[in-house]
Amino acid sequence: MSEHQEHIVSPKIYLTILTALLIGTGGTVYAAKIDLGRWNIVLALSIAVTKMTLVILFFMHGKYSARRTKLIIASGFFWLAILLVLTLADYTTRHAEPSRSQLAPVGELEQQPGAPLSA
Amino acid sequence: MHRTGELYGQFQTLEQQKESATMGMWVFLITEILFFGGLFLAYTVNRHAFPTAFGVGGNMLDLNLGFLNTIVLIVSSFTMAMSVWSAQTSRRKAVPAWLIATLLLGSAFLGIKVVEYKQKFDHHLIPGHNFDVTYCSRNQVACGLGDKEFADEQKEIHEGIEAEKAPRMSEEEATVALNAHAQLYFSLYFGMTGLHALHMIIGAGLLLWLIFEGFKGRFDANYNTPVENIGLYWHFVDIVWIFLFPLLYLINRHLA
Repeated sequence: MSEHQEHIVSPKIYLTILTALLIGTGGTVYAAKIDLGRWNIVLALSIAVTKMTLVILFFMHGKYSARRTKLIIASGFFWLAILLVLTLADYTTRHAEPSRSQLAPVGELEQQPGAPLSA
Repeated sequence: MHRTGELYGQFQTLEQQKESATMGMWVFLITEILFFGGLFLAYTVNRHAFPTAFGVGGNMLDLNLGFLNTIVLIVSSFTMAMSVWSAQTSRRKAVPAWLIATLLLGSAFLGIKVVEYKQKFDHHLIPGHNFDVTYCSRNQVACGLGDKEFADEQKEIHEGIEAEKAPRMSEEEATVALNAHAQLYFSLYFGMTGLHALHMIIGAGLLLWLIFEGFKGRFDANYNTPVENIGLYWHFVDIVWIFLFPLLYLINRHLA
């Protein structure tokens, strides 16, 4: 047998996490109906990230995994961050996209030669 | 399958063997994170480009069914975790019982998804030749809308068309633009939820195998790697939905 037994997460902790996840789900639906402007998306994603963290740490035993496994979990999110951040850094800083020019007032359009008028 | 928890030659201890299995599963899940990550990226970029149409599309989804499905899936993650716990503590009979509960909840999720897809089909929201995002603003009875819902629908579509209007653009051209961009939203909706549902179907198949083996009493404190690893997969699929739900269903509700 191995030197020490694997960590067993108790049903009590699973129930606590389940409750937290259900509250988070109710909370995110409730918050979505309140007009917070641009903060709606920030709040919704914050709740989602919190729920994900709970699932990984407890349901998936991330908290009790070997350090090597923890490193691998973290590296997955690091690569995902590269994918999202670098691509969005490009897309969100372009100005001559059809959709942007559609939304812009006429005067602004004339300052951007080459911007298409319709999609 | 004759190997149940004995030590393979390349490992020094059972603990090391177990850790390697968990690590390998996580490496697979990372490829899955990046697989779904590409779709989430496509969604974000297009939503950034066409916020109006994506808002209109998102508000056409059935929030109650989406909410119910989120709860069903989260509870299924809990029952899956309980089956892992049952195996770890050698409760051999409880293992298949919790797995069956997980399978039933997973099937309920897919069933609710079928109802939602059917609804989108009836409302002309399947991308393709008959796609028409304005359909429900003109067909109250066919879409089963109450008077107030119908008025809201008309208001939302009208505002959407106004927002799509570029300078010197006619009403018809703006409607075509709204339809084109809403079609992009529904392509991503079906692509993302469809890929997620495919993962659920594969998960259900894996659960069936686990249940079959569980009834033979194969999983206990000494050997539970398949339950643990399929559990990791099931929780991962749950996490994907935890993000799909707010992104697809929720983020424009405050404008509805």
